[in-house]
Amino acid sequence: MKPLIEVKNISKIYNNGEVSSKALVDVSFEISEGEFVAIVGPSGSGKSTLMHIMGCLDTPTSGTCVINGKNIEKMSDDELAEIRNKEIGFVFQAYNLLPRTTSIKNVCLPMAYADVPKSERVERAKKFLESVGLGSKLQNYPNQLSGGEKQRVAIARALATEPSIILADEPTGNLASKQSMEIMDIFEDLNKKGHTIVLITHEDDIARRAKRTISLIDGKIVKDTKINSRDKNEVK
Amino acid sequence: MKLNEIFEESILVLKTNRMRTGLSVLGIVIGIGSVIALMTLGQASQKSVEDRIQSLGSNLLTVSPVSTQSGFLRGGPDDAKTLTYDDVKEIEKSERITTIENVAASYSSRSQISFGENNMNVSITGVTEKYFLLRNIEIEYGNTITQKDINGMLKVAVIGPGIVEELFPSTPNPLGQNIRINGNSFTVIGVTKSKGSGMMGSDDSVFIPLTTAQKILFGVNHVSNIYVSAKSEELMDKAMNQLGFFLLELHGLKTPDEADFEITSQEDIIETVSEITGTFTTLLTGIAAISLVVGGIGIMNIMLVTVTERTREIGIRKALGAKRKTITTQFLVESIVLTLMGGILGVLIGIGVSVAITKNMDLPTVISIPSIILAVGVSCLIGIVFGWYPAHRASKLSPIEALRYE
Repeated sequence: MKPLIEVKNISKIYNNGEVSSKALVDVSFEISEGEFVAIVGPSGSGKSTLMHIMGCLDTPTSGTCVINGKNIEKMSDDELAEIRNKEIGFVFQAYNLLPRTTSIKNVCLPMAYADVPKSERVERAKKFLESVGLGSKLQNYPNQLSGGEKQRVAIARALATEPSIILADEPTGNLASKQSMEIMDIFEDLNKKGHTIVLITHEDDIARRAKRTISLIDGKIVKDTKINSRDKNEVK
Repeated sequence: MKLNEIFEESILVLKTNRMRTGLSVLGIVIGIGSVIALMTLGQASQKSVEDRIQSLGSNLLTVSPVSTQSGFLRGGPDDAKTLTYDDVKEIEKSERITTIENVAASYSSRSQISFGENNMNVSITGVTEKYFLLRNIEIEYGNTITQKDINGMLKVAVIGPGIVEELFPSTPNPLGQNIRINGNSFTVIGVTKSKGSGMMGSDDSVFIPLTTAQKILFGVNHVSNIYVSAKSEELMDKAMNQLGFFLLELHGLKTPDEADFEITSQEDIIETVSEITGTFTTLLTGIAAISLVVGGIGIMNIMLVTVTERTREIGIRKALGAKRKTITTQFLVESIVLTLMGGILGVLIGIGVSVAITKNMDLPTVISIPSIILAVGVSCLIGIVFGWYPAHRASKLSPIEALRYE
C-alpha cells in the first residue's frame, strides 16, 4: 500500500528565550492507507507535537512531512489550511465543538470551508451524525450533550470532508471507560470501512485496540510494533 | 465559505450578545445621529433664510446709502443721508435707464403707536407706491398707499397682521380706525398679508406715505433705501451698472470709488448669509464627527475583546480548514454589521430629532438623501477601518496557540 503519511527526520525544538527544549528528535516513520495507528508515550514525550505536525497545525524545525503526496514543508498558511480541510479530520480531547452551535451546524462547518453546496452539506452531516448514532440529536447544542455524545459529534465532523486521515488526540481522555470503549468501537468500525486513523493516547487499553503502536519517549521513537488481527484477538 | 453565510453567522453572534452589541453600537448611533441632525438643521436654517430673501424678489436691487469719506473716519450706515426721494424721481424720469422696471424708496424708523389703551413700539416705514410690489408685500384687505397719498402727504397707514392682533384685539375691522403715531392721528386703510415676523418679515410693520414719514413724523430729507427691479433676471448686471453710473452722475461724483451709495442684489445677500450658516453647520458637524470617531474606537475595543474571547473558536475554525481570509472576513463582517446597524439607527434618530426641532422652530424640514447615504457609507467605513486590526489579529493567530487558549 502507498504511504499516506511520510515523516522523515523530523525534529522540533522550542526556544523559550535561553532555554531550548527538544520536543522531537530525528523522528521518521510512514503510515499507509487503511492503517490504525496508536502513538503512545508518557506526557512530555512529544506525541502531541508529532500530531500537530502531521495535522499541519505546526511546522517542524527540520525534516520533511509528506501528507498524501504533498510536502507541507514550504506551504503557506492558506495552503496548510486547505490540507487540514481536505486531508485531515481532527478529533480532540476537549471535543472543540463550537459553542452555541447545533450538532448539525458543527458538522457542516468544515464542509462550508470546503465550499460544499449548502443542501449537500446538510445531507452529508445528517448521514455522518446518524452513522455515529446521533441521528436524534441533530439540533442539540453542545451543552445539551454528554461527553461521549460530544465526541461523537466531533468524529462526525472529522468525517465531514471525507479526509484521507483521521487524527485523534487523546479522544477518550475526558470520558468514562464505558463511553471510551464506545468511541473506540466507532474508530474500529471506521477503520474496517477503510479509514486511516492515527490515535494519540497514554492509556494502554485504548492503544491495544489499534493495529500498530508507535511508542515515543523524550521525542524519540523507541518502539514501532504491528499487531496482526490474530495476535490482537489473543490479547483481547 | 460564501459571504452571505458569513453574514448570517455574524448576525447570530451579535444576537447572542445583545447587551454588548447594543452598547457598542450606541457610540455610532449617537455619532451618526448628531451628524445627521446637525446637517439637517443647518440646511433647514439656511434654506429658511434663503427662502425669505428670495421671497423679496430675485431681480431686486437694493441701493443703500454709504457715508462719504471725511478724513479718516467713516460714519456708520445710519449716518448716511446721501439718498433722497429726488433720486427716485430722477431714476423714474430718466430715459437712459432702459433695464429698470420699477423704483421705490423707503424711510424706516421706530416709533410708538397706540389705539385706545393698546400701544406698542414698532417699525414705521415711509414708502412710495411701488414699494409693496417690489418687496412682494401683498394687501390682505383694504387699500394700498397710492401716489395721491404721497403727493398729498396724507396721514394714512397700511398695517401688518401682527399689529392688528396687538392693537385691535377686540375690534373686528381695523379699516377706517384712527391710530396714533407719535402724537399724530393716522387712518388705517389696509392690512398686509402675513409674511412672517423678525428681520425679513413685515408682520409687525406700519407703512405710511414716504413724504408723511419724512416731513410730518421724523423731519428728515433722505431715504433709507431705494429699491429697483430689473426687467428680467438676465438684465441684473446691466441694470446695476446703469443705475450705478446714473446715480454717480446725479450726485456729481466721478469714479465708482467715490460712490456714496452701495447697490446689492438679492444674490449677494443670499451668498453672505449662506456663507455664515454654512460655516456654522460645518463647524457643528465637525464636532459631531468627533463623536463618530470615538464610537469607532469603541467598536475596535469591543472587537478586540471579542477576538480574545473567541481565540479558541478561531483555533477550531482554523483546524477545520478556515483560511486567513475567511477569518478576517468573518470578524470584519461582524464589525461592519455592528457599525451599519448603528449607522441606520443613527440616521433614523437623527431624522427624528431634526424633524422634531424644525417643526418646533417653524423651519422647513429638508432631509437630504446624500447626507443619509454619506452617513451609512461612513458607518460602513468606520466598521472597516476600526474592525480591520482586530480581524487581522484574529487571522494571524497560530492554530495550536489558539486551541490551547483557555
